[in-house]
Amino acid sequence: MTTSRRDLLTGALTAAAGAALAPDPAGAQARDHEHDHDHEHDHQVAPSDPALRVKALESLMVAKGLVDPAALDALIDTYEHQVGPRRGAQVVARAWVDHAFRERLLTDATSAVAELGFGGDTLRVVENTAAIHNLIVCTLCSCYPWSMLGLPPVWYKSSAYRSRTVIDPRGVLREFGVELGDDVEVRVWDSTADLRYLVLPERPAGTQHLTEESLAALVTRDAMVGVAKVAVPRPGAHA
Amino acid sequence: MNGVHDMGGMQDMGPIRREHDEPLFHAEWERRIFALFNAVDVEWPYRRQQIELIPPADYLRMSYYEKWLTALAQILIGTGMATTAEIESGTASGATSPGHHVLTVAEVATWNVPDSSPTPKATARFHAGQRVRARNINPTGHTRLPRYVRGKIGTIAHDADVEPLQDSDAQGLGPKQQHVYSVRFTARELWGERASPHDAVYADLWEGYLESA
Repeated sequence: MTTSRRDLLTGALTAAAGAALAPDPAGAQARDHEHDHDHEHDHQVAPSDPALRVKALESLMVAKGLVDPAALDALIDTYEHQVGPRRGAQVVARAWVDHAFRERLLTDATSAVAELGFGGDTLRVVENTAAIHNLIVCTLCSCYPWSMLGLPPVWYKSSAYRSRTVIDPRGVLREFGVELGDDVEVRVWDSTADLRYLVLPERPAGTQHLTEESLAALVTRDAMVGVAKVAVPRPGAHA
Repeated sequence: MNGVHDMGGMQDMGPIRREHDEPLFHAEWERRIFALFNAVDVEWPYRRQQIELIPPADYLRMSYYEKWLTALAQILIGTGMATTAEIESGTASGATSPGHHVLTVAEVATWNVPDSSPTPKATARFHAGQRVRARNINPTGHTRLPRYVRGKIGTIAHDADVEPLQDSDAQGLGPKQQHVYSVRFTARELWGERASPHDAVYADLWEGYLESA
């Protein structure tokens, strides 16, 4: 069943691309390239083929009244310019300076982040300590806390990360440059339902003098996924 | 479905490749398919299932957004929003497809603000601290019970949420709205004696996926 469907789809999409490009020999070239194209790659350098297929699908969906072009632009603008890892960083910095907020965040993250005006996911925040290191993955697809971190990087969606994180989290962390002692407990959170996870990283030592805003600037996306620690600012650096 | 998408625990997928200063989108078409795939009027489990139905060799070869493109064409055909002929020709032959909600700008603006709608109610069969076994079931449709936990014993870490079951074949899995539990499986239970004695994997599992142990 899947084979016949696949044939249908390949045929349909190739035809759509072909229709959009009629006499251009580059179309045939792009299709030939696709057939030779079985090497592993995480993303590709935009061949014209998917570009044309997407264009054809978008025209069709607009023509049939299935999508509002203004809403498409709003979606892109939301994740390109409004929602990204700075949201998560703001939450982390608040938790570092406000003990009561931190408690609320670890108990009921969805409500706690709403205090900052953030929402969109049923959220759980897990805290890294000297004894426990948390790491987030989605083995079945690529679930990720979009509302806190924006869209995931390609590596988070890669087969390598999705497959290995649950069976060899320490090996994965080592690839990211994080070496943990044998006595540290590693907790991997597989996002298999609608809950989304955010790691509350450890506050680095020597940051007592920093403001909440300066602390937020130290917090990286990778630290909130659990594949990095928050780095100590360089000695002498002033925030 | 025991598909290649259910890849937790596989070991032969190579190193994790990171890109320095990675852009949010690598091409304009990725930006457009991102928006189209999010805007189309279907539920996420259906979207995920269409991605899972991509044949395995293609699934592994395709980039994330190529999978979305392939799945979107199938969604349009599968829901009757567009015909195969329309997708083949790239032009609409019929009129507007009725009965589908068109996402608005105002709705997009609500996606990332707090939502006050209450959690649905359901009776909880398990409680924190209880030992459970993930059921050994192998449904051929869409499921969110990964293979690597099936038949394994874990502990309910907490009662995490109440959510609608997402399985396409929900027969024998209980009511639609169910408690979802965060279940802690020790690394040794999942991967054997060579795994770290300290480490654990937590999976969010619907009540119908679990039995007392």
